[in-house]
Amino acid sequence: MHVTALAFAATAGGFLLVLAIVLPVAGILLSLVLGGRHAERIALVLMPAGVGVVIAIAVLLWRSGKPLLYGLGGLPPPLGIALRADGFSAVMLVTAAMVISAAGFFARANFRTPQGVTEARAPLAFWILLQAVWAALNIVFLGCDLFNLYVALELLTFAAVPLVCLDGRPETLAAALRYLLFALFGSVFYLLGAALLYGAYGTLDIVLLAARIHAEPAVWVAAGLMTAGLLAKTALFPLHLWLPPAHANAPAAGSAVLSALVVKASFFLIVRLWFNVLPTLPHETASAILAALGSAAILSGSVLALRQERLKLLIAYSTVAQIGYLFLMFPLAAGAHPWAADAWSGGLLQTLSHAFAKAAMFLAAGLIAESLGHDRIADLRGVGPAMPMTVFAFGLGGLSLMGLPPSSGFTAKWLLLKASVEAGQWPWAVVMLAGGLLAGGYIYRVLAPALSSEGVHLKAPPQRSREGVALVLALVAVLLGFAPPAFFEFLQIGRVAAIGGLP
Amino acid sequence: MSAATLAGLIGAALVGLGLYGLITNPQPLRKILAFNLIGSGVFLLFGIIARKGAAAGFVADPVPQAMVITGIVVAFSASALAIALVLRLFQETGRVTPRPDASAGPPANGADT
Amino acid sequence: MSVLQALDIGLAALVLAVAVWTIFAREAFAAVVGYVAYGLLLSIVWVRLFAVDVALTEAAIGSGVTGVLLIGAAARLREAEKAAADEQPSEPQRFWASFLCVLVTLALAGVVLSLPDPAPTLAPEAAQKLAGTGLGNPITAVLIAFRSFDTMLEKVVLVLAVVGVWSLAPDRYWGGAPGAPRAARPESTLAFLAQLLPPFGILIGIHIFWVGADEPGGAFQGGAILAAMWMITMMARLTEAPPVSSIWLRLALIAGPAVFLATGVAGVAMASGFFAYPAGFAKPLILFIEVFMTLSIAVTLPMLVAGPPRRLPRR
Repeated sequence: MHVTALAFAATAGGFLLVLAIVLPVAGILLSLVLGGRHAERIALVLMPAGVGVVIAIAVLLWRSGKPLLYGLGGLPPPLGIALRADGFSAVMLVTAAMVISAAGFFARANFRTPQGVTEARAPLAFWILLQAVWAALNIVFLGCDLFNLYVALELLTFAAVPLVCLDGRPETLAAALRYLLFALFGSVFYLLGAALLYGAYGTLDIVLLAARIHAEPAVWVAAGLMTAGLLAKTALFPLHLWLPPAHANAPAAGSAVLSALVVKASFFLIVRLWFNVLPTLPHETASAILAALGSAAILSGSVLALRQERLKLLIAYSTVAQIGYLFLMFPLAAGAHPWAADAWSGGLLQTLSHAFAKAAMFLAAGLIAESLGHDRIADLRGVGPAMPMTVFAFGLGGLSLMGLPPSSGFTAKWLLLKASVEAGQWPWAVVMLAGGLLAGGYIYRVLAPALSSEGVHLKAPPQRSREGVALVLALVAVLLGFAPPAFFEFLQIGRVAAIGGLP
Repeated sequence: MSAATLAGLIGAALVGLGLYGLITNPQPLRKILAFNLIGSGVFLLFGIIARKGAAAGFVADPVPQAMVITGIVVAFSASALAIALVLRLFQETGRVTPRPDASAGPPANGADT
Repeated sequence: MSVLQALDIGLAALVLAVAVWTIFAREAFAAVVGYVAYGLLLSIVWVRLFAVDVALTEAAIGSGVTGVLLIGAAARLREAEKAAADEQPSEPQRFWASFLCVLVTLALAGVVLSLPDPAPTLAPEAAQKLAGTGLGNPITAVLIAFRSFDTMLEKVVLVLAVVGVWSLAPDRYWGGAPGAPRAARPESTLAFLAQLLPPFGILIGIHIFWVGADEPGGAFQGGAILAAMWMITMMARLTEAPPVSSIWLRLALIAGPAVFLATGVAGVAMASGFFAYPAGFAKPLILFIEVFMTLSIAVTLPMLVAGPPRRLPRR
C-alpha cells in the first residue's frame, strides 16, 4: 500500500534534536583546528551544554507525551531526512551525555597536554574521538532514516576503534584491528539490508517503512542481514570475540564509554528495527533465536568472567554476559500482550543500568590499576581499605550487575522475570537467575580479596575527584532502581504497542 | 534479462564471494579487499534499484545513486583506517595476524591509563 | 540476443572473473592489482546502469585512490605474507564458509529477482523539488540539498578517519609529516609525469566539480581528481606532505564540513529550518558549499593515503 498521505508534522522543540547533534560535531571540527590544549577545553565546555540540551529534550518529550519530530532541510521524508525522539531515545541521550561527561572529567588526568608542549598525540586524539563518539551516539538515538543511521554507525566505528589502540601497544593494535573488521562486517551487511528495503518500498524512513512493510521474502532477508550485522557490532554470542581484548585494553575512560554506550548503539538499532520498522511481522522465531543467543551470552560470558586473571578482562567478559540480558527482551516485549510493557521497561532499564554500572566499574578498575601498577585479581588484597571510595563504587556497580536490591539492575531483572513468568516463557527466567548467581560469583572473586585487611602498597593514592566520578555513576545505577512509575510511562512514549499499531 | 537485473545478480554473487574471502583469508589486507568487494556488490544492488526506479524523465532514481556515492567515500576511508592499523601493527610486531596464543597481555609496567 | 545483451553478459562474466581472481590469488600484490582492474570494469557497469556520476566516483575513488592505498600497503606487507601462509583455514571450515556464502548469494539473488518492477521510486518527488534548488543534476541536488545532513556527516566521517589514522603514529613523530623521508633526488619518470599532468588534472578536476551542478560530476568526483594530482606530485617527491600540525592543512580538512555545518545552522535564520536553503538563493549557496567540499576532499584523500606521520617534527 503506497502511503504518501502520511502527514509529517514537525513538533515543537525539534530544533533541540538538531542541536544535540550539531554541538559535538562543531566540537570535533573546532578541536582539530585549534588543537593542543584547546581540544580538551572545548570538549569540557560542550559536555555540560550537551547535558542541558538532552535534558531539555526529555522534559519537552515528557510534556508532550508523543515523539518529537524534525524534518531536516525543511523537507519531509521520504525525500528528506527526519529526526525523531521517543522515550527510549531520550533516556539513551541523557545516559550518553552523563557517561561521556563523567568519562571526560575522569580522563583529564590521563590526557592532559604536557607542559611545554603545544600539542601531544594522545590528548588531541582522545578529546576529538570522545566528542565524535558522542556525536555518533546522538545521531543513532535520534535518526529516523536507515541510511543516515548507517553513516552514524560508521562515524561511531571510526571514533571507537582508535580509542582502543590509543596507547600504541601491540596488543591494543591487534584488538583494534579485530574490532574494526567486525564493525565493518556489521556496517556493510546493515547497508545491504537497507538496500533491499529501499528496493522493495522506496523509502528508508523508519516511520514510513513501518506503514508500508508486509511480510515478504525481501523483508525477511533484509531483516536477517541487518540483524546479523548489528549483532556483530553489539558483540552478541557468537560474534563477541572482539570485545574482551578491545574493551579491556583501552584507556579506562575509553573502556567505560565503549562498554556502556558504544555497544548499546547497535543494540538500540536492533530494537528500532524489530519494534519500529518491523512490528507487523510475525516475531516468534526471530525473537526466540535472539533470546537464545542472549542466554548463551549470559552463561558463557559469566563463566569466562569467572576464569579471568585480570580485572579489566573480567569486567569486559561481564559486558559480554550483560549484553545477553538485553536480548531476553525480544520475545517478551513484542506484541500487544499485558506483559509486553513490563518487558519493554525492563529491557530499557537494563540497558541504562548496565551503562552506568559498567562505566563506574571500568573507571574504578582504571583507578585501581593506576594506583597498584597492575590489575591482577590475585594481587588485589587489601585494596579496599586503601582505596575505599573506589572499591565501594565498584561494589555498587557489581550490585546492579548481580541484580540485587536496591539497584536498577534488580528492578530491571525483576520486570523481565515478571514478564517471562506471566508469558509462560520461563526458560528465560531460569537463565536470568543463573546469570545473577554467576555474576555474584565473579564480583565476589574481586571483592573478597579487595576487602581483606592486608596492607597493600599504593604507588599513588587516587584523586578524590576521580573516585567521586566513579561513585556518582554507580550511585545513579542504584538510584534508577527507585524510579517512580512515571519513569516507566516515559519509557513507553513512542513505543509501537501493538501489531499493526503506528507510533 | 535486462542489464539491471543482470547487474543485480552479479551484485549478489559479489557479496557472497566477498564474504567467503572475508571468512577464509587470514591476512587483514585480503580481508580489506574482500570488504571492498562486498561493498561494491551492495552498491551494485543500490544501482539496479536506482535503474529500475527510472521515472519522471530521469533515467535512474537519484536517491540510491547519491547513497552509493556516499558509500564509496565512506568505504574508502574505512579501508584507509584499516590499512593504517595493519601497517602499524606490522611495524610494531612484524606480524599482521595475532599469534595463536595471544590474549590481551598485561599492561606495560602498570601504565594503565 | 542483441549485441548489447551479449556485451552485457560478457562484461558481467569479466567482472565476476576478476573478482574471483581478487579473492583467490596467491599473492596479495596480484590480488590488489586485480582489484584495481575490477574497479575500472565496475565503472563501465555503472555507465551501463546509466549512473554516470557513480561511474566517475567509482573510477576516481573506488578504484583509483583505493588502488594507490592498497598497492602501497601490499608492497610494504610482503614480509607478513609468509608468516600468515600457515594459518590457512582447514577443509571443513572452507566447506562451511562456502555453504554459508552460497546460501547468502542465493537468498540475495532471489530477492533481486523478486523486487518490484518498476521499483517504488523517489524520482518523481525529486523531479518536483529539483526546480526549487536551481540545479540540473538531480544527484547533486539529493546530496547537497535534499539529504544534505547525510553528506555533511559523511564529511565529518572523513575528518574522523584522518584523526584516527594520525593517532596511530608513535608519540615522537607527532607534529611531523606523513610519508617516508624524502629521497635525495626526485625519481625521473615519475617526476616528469608529475610535472606534466597536474596542470591538466587540476583544470579537469575544477571543471568536473563546477559542471556537477547541472551535468554528471560534482564535488566528490572533482575533488578526487584534484587529490590524485596532489598524490602524484607527492609520490614523485616534487612536494612534501605537510606536517600534521600545520594549521593550513587542518583548516583545509575541516573547511568542507565546517562550511556545510555553518550554512546548515544558518538555515534557521535564512530559510525554513536547519539545513534548508532560502528560496531563490539555493544554487549559489550550494555551489559555495561545494567549493569547500571539493577543497576538503582534495586534501583529505591524499592524507588518508599518506598515513600517520613518520618523520620527526621540525622545531
